[in-house]
Amino acid sequence: MTAPHARPDVPPPLGLLAELTHRCPLACPYCSNPLALEPHADELDAATWARVFREAAALGVLQVHLSGGEPASRRDLAEIVAAAHAAGLYTNLITSAIGLDLARLRRLQELGLDHVQVSLQDVDAANADTIADYAGAHARKLAFARSVVECGMALTVNAVIHRANIGHVAALVGVAASVGAARVEIAHAQYYGWALRNRRSLMPTRAQVHQAMQEVERIRPRYADHLVIDLVVPDYYARRPKACMGGWARRSLNVTPSGRVLPCHAAETIPNLEFWSVRDHPLQAIWMESPAFQSFRGTDWMAEPCRSCALREIDFGGCRCQALAIVGDAGATDPACELSPHHPRMLELAEQDSTDADIRYSYRGRPVRAAATAIQAR
Amino acid sequence: MHDSEHPNLPERPRLAPGVRLHFDTTRNAWVLLGPERVIETEGPASEILRRCDGSRTIAQIVDELAALYTADRAEIAGDVADMLVELVAKRMLAA
Repeated sequence: MTAPHARPDVPPPLGLLAELTHRCPLACPYCSNPLALEPHADELDAATWARVFREAAALGVLQVHLSGGEPASRRDLAEIVAAAHAAGLYTNLITSAIGLDLARLRRLQELGLDHVQVSLQDVDAANADTIADYAGAHARKLAFARSVVECGMALTVNAVIHRANIGHVAALVGVAASVGAARVEIAHAQYYGWALRNRRSLMPTRAQVHQAMQEVERIRPRYADHLVIDLVVPDYYARRPKACMGGWARRSLNVTPSGRVLPCHAAETIPNLEFWSVRDHPLQAIWMESPAFQSFRGTDWMAEPCRSCALREIDFGGCRCQALAIVGDAGATDPACELSPHHPRMLELAEQDSTDADIRYSYRGRPVRAAATAIQAR
Repeated sequence: MHDSEHPNLPERPRLAPGVRLHFDTTRNAWVLLGPERVIETEGPASEILRRCDGSRTIAQIVDELAALYTADRAEIAGDVADMLVELVAKRMLAA
C-alpha cells in the first residue's frame, strides 16, 4: 500500500474495457480472460452497463471497447452499443466475428458503433481453426471482416503472435490489407492467465521473434498508404518493459462481466488487492479511491531500481502482473527490464519454453485433453 | 503554399471511417477519436477538422478560416495544407 494519494493529481481515464461476458465460442490458448471465468448468471444487465457508460463519460472516458469473451454472445448487444453511443463514447467492438452477421452488424452501425476489431488466429485456415478450437472459424472471420468494410466501417484486424504462427506475420498483414482493414495489430502474446498456463506451447524462440520483427519493418513501407501496422512487442526478449496500461490506474479501466473494476485484465492474479464493483460504488469513486487502483498508482510504491530510475514516469515500472508471475512480488520491477535482477531468469524461462518441441494447448474454458493437437509449428 | 502543390489531398476532405471529432467536456477540448487513437486538438486545428465533412472544398475551408481569424489567406492556406497532409499521413482522412 502507498501513501495517501492527492486526488486532484489523479488524471481522468481515457479508455474503458467492458468485458460484457466471458462466454466465447472460441477457446484460444492465449486468452486474456482469467483462468476462473465468470459465469453467465453473474453478468451485469444492459441497464447497469448503460449506467456504467454514463458514469465513465462523466469521469472523462472517451473510448469504450466492448469485449469479452465474445461480446456477440450477449443477446442484448444492440442495447449495450446504443447505450455506449448515447453516453457519447467512441464505441469499439472487439470480436471473434462468430455470432455476428451482416444484418446484426448493420443494426449495430445504425445504433452508433464506430469501429470493429476482428481477431485472426493465422493465415492458414486449418491452423487458425486449431488454435481457436473451432472448425470453420477462420472462413467466417474473413467473410465478416469484409462485411465490416463493405458497410463503410473502419476495421482493425488483430493477430496474437506465438510459436505456431510467428512465421506468418507478413502474410497476416497481407490478409488484413486484402480484407480492407485500415489497421492491423501484430500483438505478441502477453503471458498472463491462459497464455501463462500455455507458455510452453506458445513461446517463440528469440531468433523467431527477431525475424518476425524485422519482417514487419521490411513490409511496413509497402502498406504505408493504406494500412496502419501497430506492433505489440514481446516482453520476454525485451530490454525495457512496456508502460503496461500506460501506467497502473492512469489511463484506463477494465470492468469484468460481473462488474468488478480492475486496473488491467490480469490484476485479479495479484493477491490481497481489494477490487470494488460497479454494483456497489459509482465509477468515479472506484477510479479515485478504490484500494486496487491506489495500490500501484504513480511512483510512490516503487522500490529500486525503479525508484531512482530516470524512466520511472515513462514505463511506470512495467507490468505488475508480470512482476508477480516471474518474481513472485507484484511490487517488484518488471523483469522485462534489464535493470531487474530477475531479468536473466525471465530470458531463461522463455528460452526453455521456446525449445519445447510439442504444442499441447490447454484450451481456454475447455476440458483438458490428453492428446497433443496437430499443429504445424514453424 | 498553394492547394495544387498537394495533389494527394482529397478535393473535399472528410474524416476517415471510424474517425470522429468530439468535444470533451472533462478536458474542455476538441479531441479527434479513432481506433486506439485520441488526439487532442487546439483552436485553429479543431476549426479545420470541424469543416472536414466532405461538403467543403479545401479552398472553402481556407476562406472560412481566413474570415474567422481575419488572417492572411495565404498563411491560412499553408496551415490548412500542412494539417491535411499530416492527417493523410496518419490515415485519418478518407481517401
